[in-house]
Amino acid sequence: MNSSSIHPLIQAVDGADSGASLLAAVEALAAARLEASIPTLIAVLGYNNPGAAVAAVDGLVALGEPAVRPLLDKLDGYNYGARAWAVRALAGIGDPRGLDILVDALQSDFAMSVRRAAARGLGTLHWHRLSPEELEPSQGQALDALLQGTQDPEWIVRYAAVVGLQGLAAALPETQSQRLTEIQIQLQTLAQEDEHLTVQARTWLAQQQLQIATN
Amino acid sequence: MSAMNSDALSHLAEPDNPQAGGHLTPAQAIANLQGQDLGLRVYAAWWLGRFRVSLPEAIDQLIIALEDEADQTGAGGYPLRRNAARALGKLGDCRAVPALIQALSCSDFYVREAVAQALEMLGDAASIPPLMALLQNQIPGTLPAPEPPHLEQPFDAILEALGTLKATEAAPLIHPFLNHEVPRVRFSAARSLYQLAPTEAAAQSFGDQLIQELNNDDLQLRRAVLADLGAIGYLPAAEAIAQTLAENSLKLIALKGLLEKQLQGSTPPQLSKAAIQVMDLMDELL
Repeated sequence: MNSSSIHPLIQAVDGADSGASLLAAVEALAAARLEASIPTLIAVLGYNNPGAAVAAVDGLVALGEPAVRPLLDKLDGYNYGARAWAVRALAGIGDPRGLDILVDALQSDFAMSVRRAAARGLGTLHWHRLSPEELEPSQGQALDALLQGTQDPEWIVRYAAVVGLQGLAAALPETQSQRLTEIQIQLQTLAQEDEHLTVQARTWLAQQQLQIATN
Repeated sequence: MSAMNSDALSHLAEPDNPQAGGHLTPAQAIANLQGQDLGLRVYAAWWLGRFRVSLPEAIDQLIIALEDEADQTGAGGYPLRRNAARALGKLGDCRAVPALIQALSCSDFYVREAVAQALEMLGDAASIPPLMALLQNQIPGTLPAPEPPHLEQPFDAILEALGTLKATEAAPLIHPFLNHEVPRVRFSAARSLYQLAPTEAAAQSFGDQLIQELNNDDLQLRRAVLADLGAIGYLPAAEAIAQTLAENSLKLIALKGLLEKQLQGSTPPQLSKAAIQVMDLMDELL
């Protein structure tokens, strides 16, 4: 599809007169995978329609990096719901420019689904896009937030923080063995002490997979 | 708000004025439960369950609250009794079983629902015969639910309790509920029969019926089936759960149920292939 044929798709989103027609229009627009759709997909995040928002997030994640700057630029103007969806999009895209937003969301968002998505996103950031000087402090920020996330009152956020820590551990450069040790110590504690068996089990899996990776 | 509406809302587990309990201690909550202020009494009953205060005095006072007459809504509901029953279920003291069985004959539908759930949690086989009697509508003096479809009994809670209690003798009574007009009740029957099935093959047919309902057009019902599949930990449902059109939060809770069922059979920190597959699905939903 070329960019001229996207206008009807955008108009279909703007003109949708029911939840079902909006969802169908957003799905069609997201499937087009064109950068020209980004402003409309971002606008949908604020429509208070969860189905359409999920489709818009999927579309933005598929578009990846070009969506990051527009998402960040609009962030301050978002209402709470839109901001939560934007966090999910940034977590899915994995661009390190979203780091501060993800750290902030994991530490202080009141919705557990947002903290959960942020924790997962912090483990899958594309660190190779950072310069060596930026890498160390940025990973330190992610590490602190994830370690704190393993103390979250909600089991699913702790689970996601374990997944995030596993991802971060695998991405640490060899010069950061101190941080790897910090992660391993925290995983060992969770493996024995978390009150939810599911969180313990995910921790065992993280330990096993990190072991395989380092051997 | 009309009496009818407040009655409909007051069966919800969490009270709407949590600030009233900001500084409660176990002793204060037990004292409040015996006090004059009805709002504080209802809240204290909830609080004792929420914070797992299983002191003998707490159990004693909650048992007494199961027969309270002071707190009655315009529509005839007993909010204090409902909260007391829920708390007794959470506190795990089987001393409460005889009083709870007695409360199965309460006129208030939501008290009976809370009691059936509490008896399920306490796991005492003595509750099986009275639950079977209630399922057959053989206990006099019970009023139907105040809202449509005005079910005579909290069938879903009773069916689920009988399944959890391994009441195989109840299976013939449960079968007809697979065709009940209310979908939620049908699901509970399938869930219960899954747990009571004599063979794995027989169990599977009930588990598979639940999987089919993950495609139900009604989001509320898809959510209910997710909870049912999580509760029985039916492993073959894992992929279908992950694909269901519903909130990721609910799918994750259902998959947690499957995972923990899997983990029961293994020695930590060993993980079966199936357990790892369930976690892979969960990771994708975060």
